[in-house]
Amino acid sequence: MIGSHYPILQVVIPLIAAPLCSLLPKNKLPWLFATLVSWITFAVSIVLLVQVRNHGVLSYELGSWPAPWGIQYYIDTIGAFVLVLVSSIASITLLAARELVESEIAKEKHALFYTAFLLCLTGLLGIVATGDAFNVFVFLEISSLSSYALIAMGDNRKALTASYEYLIMGTIGATFILIGIGLLYMQTGTLNMLDLKQRIHEVDSFRSVHAAFAFFTVGICLKLALFPLHHWLPNAYAYAPSVVSIFLAATATKVALYLLYRVFYTIFGFEFSFDTLHLGYILLPLSIIAVIISALTAIFQPDVKRLLAYSSLGQISYMTMGIALETKAGLIASIIHLFNHAFIKGALFMCMACLLSRMHSTALVGLAGAGRRMPWTCAAFVVAGLALIGVPLTSGFISKWYLVVAILEKDWWWLAIIVLITSLLSVVYIWRVIEQMYFREANGKYSNAKEASPVLLVCTWLLVLATIYFGIDNSYPVGMAVEAAEALLK
Amino acid sequence: MISEISQSLQLNIYASILVPTIGAILIFLCSRFRGLIELLFVSTALCLLGVTVSIVNLGADIFQQTVVLFNLIGTIPIAFHIEPLGILYACVASGLWLVTTIYAIGYMNANKEKHLARFYMCFCLAMAAVMGIAYSANLLTLFIFYELLTLSTYPLVSHKGTDDAKNGARVYLGILISTSIGFLLIAILWTWHSTGSLDFTVGGIVENKLPNGLLMLLFALYAFGIGKAALMPFHRWLPSAMVAPTPVSALLHAVAVVKAGVFCVLKITVYIFGIDVLNSTGVNSPIIWVATATMLLASLVALQQNNLKARLAYSTVSQLAYIVLGAVLATSTSIMGSSLHLATHAVGKITLFFCAGAIYTASKKTLVSELHGLGRIMPFTFAAYTIAAISIIGLPPLAGSWSKWFLVDGAITADRLIIAIAFLISTILNIVYLMPIAINGFLRKPDKSLRGAKEAPFAVVMPLCVTAGLCLVLFFLLGYVYDFLLLLPLR
Repeated sequence: MIGSHYPILQVVIPLIAAPLCSLLPKNKLPWLFATLVSWITFAVSIVLLVQVRNHGVLSYELGSWPAPWGIQYYIDTIGAFVLVLVSSIASITLLAARELVESEIAKEKHALFYTAFLLCLTGLLGIVATGDAFNVFVFLEISSLSSYALIAMGDNRKALTASYEYLIMGTIGATFILIGIGLLYMQTGTLNMLDLKQRIHEVDSFRSVHAAFAFFTVGICLKLALFPLHHWLPNAYAYAPSVVSIFLAATATKVALYLLYRVFYTIFGFEFSFDTLHLGYILLPLSIIAVIISALTAIFQPDVKRLLAYSSLGQISYMTMGIALETKAGLIASIIHLFNHAFIKGALFMCMACLLSRMHSTALVGLAGAGRRMPWTCAAFVVAGLALIGVPLTSGFISKWYLVVAILEKDWWWLAIIVLITSLLSVVYIWRVIEQMYFREANGKYSNAKEASPVLLVCTWLLVLATIYFGIDNSYPVGMAVEAAEALLK
Repeated sequence: MISEISQSLQLNIYASILVPTIGAILIFLCSRFRGLIELLFVSTALCLLGVTVSIVNLGADIFQQTVVLFNLIGTIPIAFHIEPLGILYACVASGLWLVTTIYAIGYMNANKEKHLARFYMCFCLAMAAVMGIAYSANLLTLFIFYELLTLSTYPLVSHKGTDDAKNGARVYLGILISTSIGFLLIAILWTWHSTGSLDFTVGGIVENKLPNGLLMLLFALYAFGIGKAALMPFHRWLPSAMVAPTPVSALLHAVAVVKAGVFCVLKITVYIFGIDVLNSTGVNSPIIWVATATMLLASLVALQQNNLKARLAYSTVSQLAYIVLGAVLATSTSIMGSSLHLATHAVGKITLFFCAGAIYTASKKTLVSELHGLGRIMPFTFAAYTIAAISIIGLPPLAGSWSKWFLVDGAITADRLIIAIAFLISTILNIVYLMPIAINGFLRKPDKSLRGAKEAPFAVVMPLCVTAGLCLVLFFLLGYVYDFLLLLPLR
């Protein structure tokens, strides 16, 4: 009986758990509760993935109101894939969260922190699970508003400005998406994604649909932090509390990318988006500029979290580059990198959390000598860094391979060379950090820092080992990416 | 019968890679006990040599078989196979590793170097990568182990931890990773895209797949992408890597790492392009000139180096260009010469580096100008140096004379008289930059500052005598290697 309700449970469980969390007393209970909820959510997402692979697309009608009048939840391969990704990252992050939250956030706010975290998780999962356009906006706002609050809880004063800037830009993005939804609703009379897909092309006034397309593009690219709408990301990731950085870096932009797939492949359709309205012509130059500029900027960053944030901008641009190739191979490469990058960035930010917990600094110079004092943490950073560069036997290499092969299939030599040169640039900024950790002497106050706590280390190494595992046995991610791409392109 | 052989082949190949890896893990676990890690280091080398010998014993039937590990990307597997070049490289590397282990232990102890566990561990990992390169059956496997070799040797180059060491290691890593990701990876992806295969196949896989201009570019991408072959202008990492302790310079940068580079060049020439394709299309011409230029320029630079290890480093760059030149001339004689030179140069160069280390250990001298008369104080070291130098110069009765012969003969049969003359000019330059050290060592009076010096410790001198002896012995035994290499399936 409950078996058929999994799609809605995926969202309802964390949604209801969130306010309950705020009522819990202030010791370890909020953390424990939130972690348990995240694990249950992860289990549900695994069940959904198995069901989707066995039975095909899952469709669930809320309140048994039939679609397209009622809200329909629609989970296909790409959806299930992203659901598993988001919930797994949330589970691992929350497992490590207790100590990090205690050291960075004021005690009174702990319960509220976990509440906001669960709401953010709800929002992200909801965006992916739903099949109704307005529902997407609702969950988008839930996740965005809670992330503004989460980022603002950072103990650096700049966290407030970072959060405010993200709020302004994020609201603009969400509003644009809303306008896009509104325009489509006005023309087609439906909010259901599958229904929209059919009705969009029967519309009389194409100008509205084109306008909706434009609004969607800007709105989603803002959420995706594609150049030049990326300005909110570095500060937001750098000044947020560690747990938030880990979670958002690994999931938020991935969900925005999922939204891009959903809107432009499912609702508007491939021919309309790429052949008629040439989305690729917009995404490609912006992606290229983004990769180059973000890599160059990352090299000169004095703070490692900001360095990793700029690195994220570049990596996201690889994903949009894959889309801009307008081929199935490009889409597959994009999806594979979505998956691999989540673990790589999660691992890197988790290493930064470990380092912050002991060396109390994420500045590049503050990490001097960390290699000797915190060997396991720094070793994890090295491996994850190698994955970011794309060294063979890590998942980053697999993503790069698929991307460059997809580019070569279009005979765009110049783009393949750009991708490989920017990989070399990432060697430079990763090596800067590694040199600080291993080849400088520790200075001053924190020269007797110890290794990070076992829980943090285990979580970090779980993510790192995932990147190595998927670098070697990548049949599942690649298989699912291929299925997802085929479904999106139908 | 065949399945028995393939079972034991599989076992032996995995053992070649696993033995050094397990050795590294054990050394890591026992890092506190110095005696134990030294024992582990030597025994790992001994086991690896045993495995390599057992592979050689499997005979020539194994040449047609591929051992597939699993599919890494799509349908491209990590796969291994045995073929003559690979066995040659594996034997050279594992044989000389055993000798180097003893040298390394003696050297590190005599010079009171620290962080021994990390040193021995990375050494073992590097050797595991070397075995992976030697037996790789396709370009993907080759690339994986090639990168692993770069990464595992980085801590060895930066071992001393001084600013010089860090800078040298930075140049080392920078050049090797840039060339491998920037050129080699692109070449591999391009090969995959245009031929649909990455397997090392007899006769090559690029025939008729690309127009000549693009094929030339592809070949150049491979030649420069294999930075470990030290073709100019991407040779700078070799002199920079001399900041490493001498055992590292000796094995890795005279034998394992640089030979990995030229081995890759040989393998790609024979099994990806195929010598017939290279000759008929002429796409090897640019690289022939680049290699010739490297050979001569590096010798000229070597002349000007006062630091002994730097001089030997540039000499290595020049000698590697010999091997690359032999490979890209793409005739059966030149490839024979190239493969033989891989072996004879390895034995000769490792002796020279061992001597440099012994000189440093005994007298703390690193400059050529300070070595006058040292031969009378360290007769074994300088005798070994002289033998190795003559081998590299290419005079009988030492091993290097055979390989030089085949290389020059190869150039002549390929109708490239200029290249043959270049070989001879380079030989003269070799004499000019190698012999004076031996001559001044024996015939000049020792400087006052050398007064307290005596011969280096036994553990340091014994290996170099062994390898010098090998230079001599190989002159007579090289016939076996020649017969073995005749099995190389060139077409």
